[in-house]
Amino acid sequence: MTVSIQLEVNGKPVQAAVEPRRLLVHFLREDLGLTGANIGCETSLCGACTVLVDGNAVKSCTMLAAQADGASVTTIEGLAQNGELHPLQEGFWEKHGLQCGYCTPGMILSANYLLAQNPSPDDEEIREGLKGNICRCTGYHNIVEAVKYAAERMS
Amino acid sequence: MARVLGTSIKRREDPALITGRGKYTDDLKAEGLAHAVIVRSPYAHARIRGIDTSAAAALPGVLAVLTARDVAAAGIPGVVPVGWLLPDLVTPAHPMIAADTVRHVGDAVAVVVAEDRYLARDAADRVAVDYEPLDAVADVVAALEDGAPSVHEEAPGNVAFDWEIGEREPVDAAFASAAHTVELDLRNNRLIPHAIEPRAVLASYDSSTGEMTIHMTSQNPHVHRLLMTLASLGMPEHKVRIVAPEVGGGFGSKIHHYADEAIVGLCSMKLDRPVKWTATRTETNLTDAHGRDHSTRCALALDADGRITGLRVDTAAAMGAYLSTFAPAVPTYLYGTLMSGQYDIPAIHCHVTGVFTHTTPVDAYRGAGRPEATYVVERLMHLAGEATGLGPVEVRRRNFVSPDAFPYQTQVALAYDSGNYGPAMDRALEMIGYEDLRSQQASRRDNGAKQIGIGFSSYIEACGLAPSAVVGSLGAQAGQWESADVRVHPTASVTVYTGSSSHGQGHETTFSQIVADRLGIDPEAVEVIHGDTDLVQFGMGTYGSRSAAVGGSAIARSVDKIIEKGKKIAAHLLEASAEDLEYEDGSFRVAGSPDRSLGLGDVALQAYLAHNYPDDLEPGLSATSFYDPANFTYPFGTHVCVVEVDTETGSIELLRYAAVDDVGNVINPMIVDGQLHGGLAQGIGQALWENAVYDESGQLVSGSLMDYAVPKIHNLIPFELDRTTTPCPHNPLGVKGVGEAGAIASPAAVVNAVVDALAPFGISHIDMPLTPEKVWRAVNS
Repeated sequence: MTVSIQLEVNGKPVQAAVEPRRLLVHFLREDLGLTGANIGCETSLCGACTVLVDGNAVKSCTMLAAQADGASVTTIEGLAQNGELHPLQEGFWEKHGLQCGYCTPGMILSANYLLAQNPSPDDEEIREGLKGNICRCTGYHNIVEAVKYAAERMS
Repeated sequence: MARVLGTSIKRREDPALITGRGKYTDDLKAEGLAHAVIVRSPYAHARIRGIDTSAAAALPGVLAVLTARDVAAAGIPGVVPVGWLLPDLVTPAHPMIAADTVRHVGDAVAVVVAEDRYLARDAADRVAVDYEPLDAVADVVAALEDGAPSVHEEAPGNVAFDWEIGEREPVDAAFASAAHTVELDLRNNRLIPHAIEPRAVLASYDSSTGEMTIHMTSQNPHVHRLLMTLASLGMPEHKVRIVAPEVGGGFGSKIHHYADEAIVGLCSMKLDRPVKWTATRTETNLTDAHGRDHSTRCALALDADGRITGLRVDTAAAMGAYLSTFAPAVPTYLYGTLMSGQYDIPAIHCHVTGVFTHTTPVDAYRGAGRPEATYVVERLMHLAGEATGLGPVEVRRRNFVSPDAFPYQTQVALAYDSGNYGPAMDRALEMIGYEDLRSQQASRRDNGAKQIGIGFSSYIEACGLAPSAVVGSLGAQAGQWESADVRVHPTASVTVYTGSSSHGQGHETTFSQIVADRLGIDPEAVEVIHGDTDLVQFGMGTYGSRSAAVGGSAIARSVDKIIEKGKKIAAHLLEASAEDLEYEDGSFRVAGSPDRSLGLGDVALQAYLAHNYPDDLEPGLSATSFYDPANFTYPFGTHVCVVEVDTETGSIELLRYAAVDDVGNVINPMIVDGQLHGGLAQGIGQALWENAVYDESGQLVSGSLMDYAVPKIHNLIPFELDRTTTPCPHNPLGVKGVGEAGAIASPAAVVNAVVDALAPFGISHIDMPLTPEKVWRAVNS
């Protein structure tokens, strides 16, 4: 059994028939080939699979693809515009906010949501805003710096 | 040209990773790809009475369901070997798939392969295993008690090995005549590595060629290939290619050879199709080798002046249900040998019992033995500061190995190559504002519930693993050199093939800096290839903080060989003597005749044209090195942690963390600091939050991220870092290694800080992790 869904992914219309139980993250990764969203825990605890759904940061490992029917989804692949890195991508590169990179797409999209809510967060607000995303490599020190860099660039 | 060593150039790895283009193992696709799910024991110890696979096999789309019988029928060795042998080590067989007995929750009993990931999961649920549950023991101390359930018949009393280093009698004598003694019973808590990328493998066997390509999450593809082919699959080594694509962290957990990757390889051989398996987080937690899990009794003897006269350590170290790849080395040669710390200790004895338990195997996790040793030594030093009245700073200073005593021979085998411990301590005190902090602490002592504590950790580590002859004499079944093939192309750009395989450390950036600096070219002209056994000559891989010190040194050696050859070619072309040639900033010059020179590009082109060329030289401009260091390297430093402990609730707030590390020369400061940050987070995590908890039946209670507290961003604070620089005297770069320093030093610094805050309550020790409950109970007992 399948359900048909229509949604927008990174600005492009997508139409598909999916199993009702198919997770959004598998739909993005395996059906659309958008492998930037990673799976780290399948329990919405690590945040590696975070994408934007209608502007909200959502852990795509615990959302069904069927639930994204009619939604607009942005993945890390859709963040750079016209070949220009998003300021958050620049910030993570500039400030060494990533090491293995596995948590990075989710971290960047959560930070994107944070900056949409609060364009100039202080350190504590950044740490509060990103506590749903686990990074095992960086100790978070440079992630805070990366988000601050982006906030300054975007203001 | 500006020096590129010591420069924080941005990482070349990052553009792919920040745009989602980096390809990790699970991202890879293949024509005809099938998916595997491994069926695992829910019991810590049980006899398998039977397995009924028929319901699973009957599901449409299921391609195979394999059990131990199929491993046996395949006629392959089918085992997971241990790669480090100790004298009298008990080495029970570790079958790829359990045949009649399971020994930990998560032990593999069957594998299902299906056309689709979801279907494979459905089918796995239909594999019916008839278990007869048996008594289990998960605790390292309980496993040594009389009558404890036995993990392996071959290991009476669950003892895997009994090992010691140092001499017992001089230590006994030191204690007999000591002015002060301090002693401690401690647990070093079991940890789960938690690389955020779960282990994964995509195996593609092709029966038409008899070749198999395995993409997998590996820190050391050649070592994996060797163990996989030799002990598990029985394939010729040259018929297997292992590729580590992007690897999402490892911290040791992706060094080891596991059953699962071999099982997937077997599935691909049986089906003649590509098969992929990616662990769930729960599987990762049940099967990735865990770290630590020691129970230790230790004591320090000091004379009336506060000088250490003896150290005694007795440790029971959990091995888990089977001996993982390097497990026996971790609580022995990477632990007992570190017991001298930064101190001149005349008598040391360390005894370690390796213990089988019905738990996930334990092996190297960031630091591997050295954090456990540092924790023992630095907790004791804290107590010694109190017992002698000297305090934590003076008791350490008084016992530091003197800077003029290097090379310093310890009583536990290691000879420290270089060091200067006082300045790191001085700088740490200065950064933290020590005197002010002590005044603040004093003013709070009788004033309110929130107490400040200051904790020190002056650590040493032995890394850059290491001289092959030494590790071989200690039982390693592998060498510990590293390889590099550096090829200068006709246009003078360079490709480096390194045996050191990155999983987040930034090898490509760092190694390009080494080549660029030595050759006087732009780092952008250097490509770095790693992590592919078909492309790269045998290499030992990335662990033990060895990539820069051993892998980087191999690259430097190759570059030096290229320069030497280039001089001969240039000498021929310039009609000069090779001895008169100098190489600087990308040019070969005749000494004293600055107008007689040739660029690297001129020489490289001639090396490949070989039209006008020395008779006694072969064409080409490349060089391979297998660099085997003369010694380990010995990074050191002093870390200071400041905490505020709420004595009413037991909660702990991190206020400051200052770390002064000496890792020798630094190639890329940004990357080095990043390594320290990550290590600190893991060490602080161990001290305050992380704990792998088994219940009495051997169930892993903290098997998910819901129960196992990996540090999150709001738990941590900014880290204050500085460095001293004492170059390594025996490698060409003067570098020591930095990957593990943070995780080695920080647990002791944090615990010492908390205990310092609680000094008015007469508390001398609380076992990690220092949860509010434990702190509250200590305060209220």
